Amino acid sequence: MSTQRWGALIGGGALAIYGISRRSPLGIALAAGGGTLALLGTRRNNTSLDTSTSTTLLINCTPYDAYKFWRDFENLPRIMNRLQNVSVLDERRSRWVALGPMGREIHWEAEITEERENEMIAWRSLPGSDLQVDGRVEFREAPAGRGTLVSAQLQYRSIPGGSTAIAKFFSKAANFAIRQDLRRLEALLEAGEIPTIEGQSHGPRDIVTGVLRLADPTRPRAPRETIKDAFTTRRSIA
Amino acid sequence: MKAVCYMGAEKMSVETVPDPTILNPRDAIVKITSTCICGSDLHLYDGLIPTMEQGDIMGHEFMGEVVEVGAGIKPDKLKVGDRVVVPFTIACGNCFFCKRQLWSCCNNSNPNYWIAEEMMGFSPSGLFGYTHMMGGYAGGQAQYARVPFADVGPLKVPEGMPDDKVIFLSDIHPTGYMGAENADIEPGDTVAVWGCGPVAQFAIRAALSLGAERVIAIDRFDYRLRMAEAGGAETINYEQVDDVVQTLKDMTGNIGPDRCIEAVGMEAHDHGILYMMDRVKQMAKIENDRPIALRQAIQACRKGGTVSVPGVYSGFDDKIPMGAFMNKALTMKTGQTHMMRYMQPLLEKIQNGDIDPSFVISHRVPIDQAPQMYKTFRDKQDNCTKVVLDPWANGGALAA
Repeated sequence: MSTQRWGALIGGGALAIYGISRRSPLGIALAAGGGTLALLGTRRNNTSLDTSTSTTLLINCTPYDAYKFWRDFENLPRIMNRLQNVSVLDERRSRWVALGPMGREIHWEAEITEERENEMIAWRSLPGSDLQVDGRVEFREAPAGRGTLVSAQLQYRSIPGGSTAIAKFFSKAANFAIRQDLRRLEALLEAGEIPTIEGQSHGPRDIVTGVLRLADPTRPRAPRETIKDAFTTRRSIA
Repeated sequence: MKAVCYMGAEKMSVETVPDPTILNPRDAIVKITSTCICGSDLHLYDGLIPTMEQGDIMGHEFMGEVVEVGAGIKPDKLKVGDRVVVPFTIACGNCFFCKRQLWSCCNNSNPNYWIAEEMMGFSPSGLFGYTHMMGGYAGGQAQYARVPFADVGPLKVPEGMPDDKVIFLSDIHPTGYMGAENADIEPGDTVAVWGCGPVAQFAIRAALSLGAERVIAIDRFDYRLRMAEAGGAETINYEQVDDVVQTLKDMTGNIGPDRCIEAVGMEAHDHGILYMMDRVKQMAKIENDRPIALRQAIQACRKGGTVSVPGVYSGFDDKIPMGAFMNKALTMKTGQTHMMRYMQPLLEKIQNGDIDPSFVISHRVPIDQAPQMYKTFRDKQDNCTKVVLDPWANGGALAA
C-alpha cells in the first residue's frame, strides 16, 4: 500500500471516530466523509490485468440440454453479445471473433482441453491469439427436479508483449458480462427465445434516451460504429 | 397507428407511431378494442417511478383481436381471429417461477432485468407499458400491441361477452381478488381496506365472497365510499376522523381488523406532519414512496393478523413501523398479480353472474382524450373511478 493510501486510511478513520463521538448532525457528516476516505484507502490497486470470473445459474432443463447447446460453440454468440461469430474447425478446435475496445474485432483460436459428456467442457485459447482466454463450464443436476446448475468460469490473461487495452477491456466488466450471458442462456433454454424490445414501436425519443442506450452495458458497439452513429441509431431502436 | 405516449412528467400525448411487428417467435399482434388507464399509470404520469423514457407507449390493461401470430405459437394455443384479454404481467411459462404459478415473478420476460436486479436484487416479470426497469415493453393504450409469450398469457373470451365485462381481467379484477386472497380471510373476520379505487372495489367484493364477516373501507372521496357501500362495506372517511387507527379499534371492540388490505400504494394522502415530510422527501427523490396507508395498516392490524399489499411501491421508504410488525406477530403478503392463476376462474364467475365488473367504469372516451383523462383521473374530478379508452372512435382517425 502506498503512503497516500495509508494516509487516507488513518486520517479518514480518525475523522470518522471524531465525527461519531460528537453526536451532532455535523458529526454525522464528518463521520460519513471520514468513513468514505478510509474505505478508499483500503481499496486495493490491482495492477494485474489477469481476471478470473465465474457464476452459477439454475436453469430449468436437463444437463443434456445445456451441454448440447454449449458443446456446439457456434451457438455461443446467441447468448454472449460480445461474440460476433464462432466457427468450429474440427472436433477440438474453433475460431472466435469478438468485439473489443472501440468496436474493434478481436480474433482467437480455441481448443477443447477436457470434456465429459453432459458434465463439463474446458477450453483454452491457442498461441497467436489477440486475447488469452480460458473457459470452463460445468453442468450438475439440481436437487428435487429443479433442473440444472450451470457454472461457467472464464479467465482473461494479458499476452506478454500483447495489447493491454484488449485485456483491460475484457477484464473490466467480466463479472457483469458472464452473468448476463448465462441469463440469456436461461431464457433460450427455458423459453425458447431471448426477451427483447429492440425494434418495437415508440413515440419520439429525446437525447436522454440516446445517452442511456450508449451507456447501456448490455449493448456493445458494433464494428466500425462511431459514437455519433451509435447515438443516432440507438436512440430509436427500442 | 395512434398511441398514448409518455412525453415527460404530467405530459401525455397521442402520437402517430409505426404499427408493431413480430420480433420473437412467440409474439402475437393484437388489434385493440378496449384499453384503460390504471391507477398505477398515474405514478408514471406524476413522474415518480425511475426509468421512464420520452416516447414510451403507455397502458397495460387491454383486450382485442389477434391479427398476427409468430412462428413459435401453436394454433391450438392461439390463432388469428381469437378475441383475447391480455394480462399485464408477461410470463414465459417454463421457468422456476412460472412452474410454481408465480407468474409475475417470471425470470425470462424482462429484457432489462439487470436494471431491476440493481434496484431489487432480482427482477420481476416484464410488464406492458411500464418503466424500462420492468422491461420497457410498448403498452396497450394504442390501436395495436405486440404481445410476447402470447401462448401463455392471453385469455380467450367466449362469444357474446361484451368488452366492458371482461376488460378488467387484464389487471384490476384479478389484482383486487389476489389482494383479498393474500389476506388469508377466515370466517368471522373483519377486513379493513385502505383506498376505494378500482382495485379496492374488487378487493372489497372478493373479501366478502371469501367469507369476511365485515369489510371496512377507508377513503376521502364520497363517491368512492358510496361505491364501496354498494359492494357491502362499511366506510370511514379519513378526513372526517382524527385517527384512522383509533377509529378502527373503536369499530372492532378494540381488537383491530383481523386482515388489512392496503390498496393505495406509493402516493397516499393524509393530514399531519408525517405526511408533509413524506411529500417533501418524495419530491426531493430521497424517498421513493409515501407509505402512509402501509404504516396505518401495520399499526391497525390485530395481533397475529395479516397485511396484504396490492398497492404499488417502487423503491426505498422511510419509517415503516417494523417494531409493530415484529412485536404484533403480523404476516405480510404482496406482489404484482400472478395473473394466469385468476383469469379463467374469474371469467367463470362473470359468466355465472356472480359479479359484473363494469360497475367501476365512470368514463368511456375516444383515445384522443387520454391526455386530459389522466389529469381528470389523478385529480379525482368528475367522480372519476375508471376510464375506458376506445382506440377506434371516429373511425380511428387522428383528431385534428
